[in-house]
Amino acid sequence: MVLGEGHQRFIQTMMIRGIVNEQEAKTLHQHCCEVHKEHYVADKLEEFIQVVNSKLEALNMQIRTRASEDNGMTCYALVNTANNELTRMSSDYADNELELFRRTMDLIMSSDDSTASSTDILNMADSLQTRKLTKSAAECLLKRMVSDNWLVEKQGDYSLSTRCVMDMEPYIRTMYDEEQVKVCAVCHCLAFKYQICANPLCTVKIHNPCAEKYFKKKAVQRCPGCSELWPNKVRAECRQSLSQRQR
Amino acid sequence: MTQRKSSGKRSSTAVGVEEDDSIFTQPTTSQVQKGMEKLTKAQIDEKTTELVQYILMKDQKKIPIKRADIVKNVLKEYKNVFQEIMNRAQQRFEQVFGFKLVEIDAKNHVYILINKLEPVEGSEMISGNPKTGLLFVILSLVYMKGGVVPEGLVWNTLKKMKVDPGERHPEFGDVKKLVTDEFVRQRYLEYTKVPHTEPVKYVFTWGQRAEVEVSKIKILEFLGELHSQDPQHWSQQYKDASSQWSSRAPQPSTSSQRCGLVRSPEPPLGLGPPPRSGAEETRQPLTHLAIVVVEEHTG
Ligand SMILES: [Zn+2]
Ligand SMILES: [Zn+2]
Repeated sequence: MVLGEGHQRFIQTMMIRGIVNEQEAKTLHQHCCEVHKEHYVADKLEEFIQVVNSKLEALNMQIRTRASEDNGMTCYALVNTANNELTRMSSDYADNELELFRRTMDLIMSSDDSTASSTDILNMADSLQTRKLTKSAAECLLKRMVSDNWLVEKQGDYSLSTRCVMDMEPYIRTMYDEEQVKVCAVCHCLAFKYQICANPLCTVKIHNPCAEKYFKKKAVQRCPGCSELWPNKVRAECRQSLSQRQR
Repeated sequence: MTQRKSSGKRSSTAVGVEEDDSIFTQPTTSQVQKGMEKLTKAQIDEKTTELVQYILMKDQKKIPIKRADIVKNVLKEYKNVFQEIMNRAQQRFEQVFGFKLVEIDAKNHVYILINKLEPVEGSEMISGNPKTGLLFVILSLVYMKGGVVPEGLVWNTLKKMKVDPGERHPEFGDVKKLVTDEFVRQRYLEYTKVPHTEPVKYVFTWGQRAEVEVSKIKILEFLGELHSQDPQHWSQQYKDASSQWSSRAPQPSTSSQRCGLVRSPEPPLGLGPPPRSGAEETRQPLTHLAIVVVEEHTG
């Protein structure tokens, strides 16, 4: 089966954009159908994407949806499904730049709060095995990675963007140990920003938006793993992050 | 450094193989046939996928792709079945992405991807690339001046639209570098030294990518519409454009609707309703430049 031009245009745009939010995806769906005079049904975006994915998957690509860890909004990203590392980045970055990114990821994955400080990242720049980067080159690189939507910066701390997490999920799950790869107990996706159980022996983690949804219906908030009372304080944090929407 | 799990679990199961058995039965040299026979369908599909990803990756930066690099980086021991795997990749590009893989240099075997989908207006959610507009204007200028333009004329024309090659432009950055380096590397333009000139002079001509990807008829239509006259009035250029057309498109009626100008989801200069010649003050700077080009040429 050959994809219609509307579907092809959708893929092309996703290749340029990398990631879009739900509203943008809906607008794009409508746009692509109308431009090519193809049948358009407003609430059939999921079916439209299924058709696209039926072709992309054989090519190790996929349009994947995921709730943003900050505000729970659905995002759509064109991702790699093969775990050959960093494919989509390798066209835009030199070997040593990719090495610094990989090592930044190592820092983020082994930290408790899923961030890496700019100082720690910049300190690695002159010990790269491929080729050293000067401090100012590394600073520029970090800016580029933020504007290319791979990293997110907040007050000097770097974390992985939603797009990055979506695209690199197979890589992350393959390359890192189980205790480094944190998974949300509610939605089972990778978790970088999450709440933890108050019981020190319990490993349950839940995304902020997932926790909000999960506990909303419950009279008493208990950990889905060990039934310990779930700490309440984090709900305020969750609301705070809702107001600081990232892309 | 953190320790990493040893990667592994890479299986090669056959996925989505329903089409194109024809490739196996097509008459080829015995060597190629033997090469293909030794490979399972899954192996061939896996290589095709790798090749598609590789080409997409290179194309994102508009880097023309050399056959030698494909063999070195992707095909490796599959090099004797290069053409078969390229054919399969070609099929994927056309059927899934709406791209066409084109050989722009038959001697050195250099390939680029061109867009089969017509650029459209109204994709306001897609941020268009202003560089494309600048490029289109330069290509128009070169075309209307007979194919070769001294660099001074390009710089002067750009200055008229307040794009000074000597200054940093808010959208284009270093304009001179963009035009003489980026556009040249992407093979949209050629920037050649004129022999025996002191001080050294340069001229611009169309690059190979422009020859394949940019429709001369679109340029004439656009410029013609500006002056509300039929492009056929520029008889020589039109003949030239028509021959480019017929030599590249076996079915002119269908492909004429598809010949996208440049690989961008947004039309480079808004090729929809053309600006009226009377409404000078409301024109975009790039459009204005195009008018200057026409007026200098025809006037
Ligand atoms: Zn979750
Ligand atoms: Zn617990």
